[in-house]
Amino acid sequence: MERTFIAKNPSVLWFLLGLSVFTLLVSIFSEAAGSAVISTSFLKTLGKTLCLCLVAIAMDVVWGYCGILSLGHFAFFGIGGYAIGMWLMYARTKDIVVGSLENNILPPTPDEVTTAIGSQIFGVVGSSDFPLIWAFSHSLTLQLLAVVLVPGLLALVFGWLAFRSRVTGVYLSILTQAMTLALSLYLFQNDTGLRGNNGLSGLQNIPGLEAVSQATLSLWFFWASAFALGLGYVFFAWMLAGKFGSVIRAIRDNETRVRFLGYHVETYKLFIFTTTAMIAGIAGALYYPQAGIINPAEIAPIASIYLAVWVAIGGRGRLYGAVIGAVVVSLMSSWFTGGSAPDINLGIYIVKWTDWWLVLLGLTFVAVTLFFPKGIGGLFDLISSRQEKQQ
Amino acid sequence: MSTLLEVSGVSVSFDGFKAINNLSIQIGEAELRAIIGPNGAGKTTFMDIVTGKTKPDEGYVIWGEKSVSLLDMNESQIAQAGIGRKFQKPTVFEEQTVRENITMALKNPRSPLDLLLNRAAADTEERVRAVSDDIGLTDALDQLSGALSHGQKQWLEIGMLLAQDPRLLLVDEPAAGMSATEREQTTDILVRAAKTRAVVVVEHDMEFVRRLNCKVTVLHQGSVLAEGSLDHVTKNQDVIDVYLGR
Repeated sequence: MERTFIAKNPSVLWFLLGLSVFTLLVSIFSEAAGSAVISTSFLKTLGKTLCLCLVAIAMDVVWGYCGILSLGHFAFFGIGGYAIGMWLMYARTKDIVVGSLENNILPPTPDEVTTAIGSQIFGVVGSSDFPLIWAFSHSLTLQLLAVVLVPGLLALVFGWLAFRSRVTGVYLSILTQAMTLALSLYLFQNDTGLRGNNGLSGLQNIPGLEAVSQATLSLWFFWASAFALGLGYVFFAWMLAGKFGSVIRAIRDNETRVRFLGYHVETYKLFIFTTTAMIAGIAGALYYPQAGIINPAEIAPIASIYLAVWVAIGGRGRLYGAVIGAVVVSLMSSWFTGGSAPDINLGIYIVKWTDWWLVLLGLTFVAVTLFFPKGIGGLFDLISSRQEKQQ
Repeated sequence: MSTLLEVSGVSVSFDGFKAINNLSIQIGEAELRAIIGPNGAGKTTFMDIVTGKTKPDEGYVIWGEKSVSLLDMNESQIAQAGIGRKFQKPTVFEEQTVRENITMALKNPRSPLDLLLNRAAADTEERVRAVSDDIGLTDALDQLSGALSHGQKQWLEIGMLLAQDPRLLLVDEPAAGMSATEREQTTDILVRAAKTRAVVVVEHDMEFVRRLNCKVTVLHQGSVLAEGSLDHVTKNQDVIDVYLGR
């Protein structure tokens, strides 16, 4: 069985090989290994990119394979980030508060400690009480569970309502877009309990690991992201390899026909929607400690649209296509908008890439959709068909 | 012969137009039946009702020896109860191989977890072969079904129905767009299938129906006009009027 799985999916082996070599090279040239080739901030960018690849393959499964154009999957990514961020912020603030109260003449009561933590965290929104959703923030285990379960539950309820009413196509896309917009607007409010537009910050400091340098911590997170991406890739490839994948692709191509074959299409869609939401949550939980901060702007509708653009440019319906798209577009995006791209002086007008990058991206998206519907990944088909001809 | 499907007193109208008007038809077990009629006689709507795509305004649709009502079930439940349907236009999954198409249709547990955890059942290959032999597509098993000819796609779709092992097979215009030899093979496949299950063929090509050599039901304006052998119904004055009057 295993042999046939690899034989059927040669891309899995190539992908894992490429990912391992990449991880090894980056590790060797990182600051933690004593080299100065890759700065810690660039290492963080690479680690974050791996997380974006993970959420991109989830998007590819839900859109490219199952045909559900979800424009809200970044919401699940953000929820994963918030879930881990709550623990990071709570635990770190607690360490600081306990440390500073130690010098008091009278030992602080537990109530005093809690109030002090509360006013540290929620002072920015003018409060010191812990909202109900922070009830589990003291426990890493529970917050880690929340990383998976909260996006999963939201996707389950949302998907059940939408699929049961047979909402499909562009209407479903609009609904998912509305979901992420509503969530983002809700989180922007100060009384939501997640610090409004301030979001959660200081997430790069891991409680209990203050002695470890950021260079080393970043490398650990990079490894964790690479491992999660590899595992996610194998998981989705395995899921889509057999008859299950066959049914999923059939649903994309002709949902009604699958129903007459006796498959309960809604259950399958719900399964895919929920599973990918959970993986997106995991990706987000690995991303935001590397980013250091999460705020409601992260899950604005545009983020989910970007996700679809990555998958479209990289090539829908193939997992490595999503990875290519996420890497190429997100790295180019940070190059163009980071100010390192040289401006083009046209004499009468200076093209500043920070302004014009979105236009370039938009044009690329239109061009890919019109002329290369298979995306960058489609180039691999050309290579393999040329090889077949030569044989 | 016991009754497998009983449709009685069914009516349905779309925007005031009565597509089916007090229609009653019984199909027995292991019966081959042809349903003919001019365009708009309600042939396709009849199939839509039986398969759960359209809900009738009144009447009953009773299924099997336990006499369950099909009107309370959705499409996938009806399919699982043992009613398979072939559409007029061949709808196979063109981006997948013939083998994948047949495997998907095979009668097996159909929940997501069943498919993920109990991967291929041991006899899958054998059963796929049996079906592909029946429809003459064994050599094409690893081809993308989009590359098949029109006739082959029709057979693949019939094969997918046979793979579901339904007790009742509804076939909508199977010979449309086929060459003469392809038509003959299609007749053979259907006659063979009807030995072990009920097969209902909707067709308006009289020659094709004659070759099926079975009981014929003539529909007109949503209800039964005549029923019996082909020779019997073609002598019926009403039938002649309907067909020639048009």
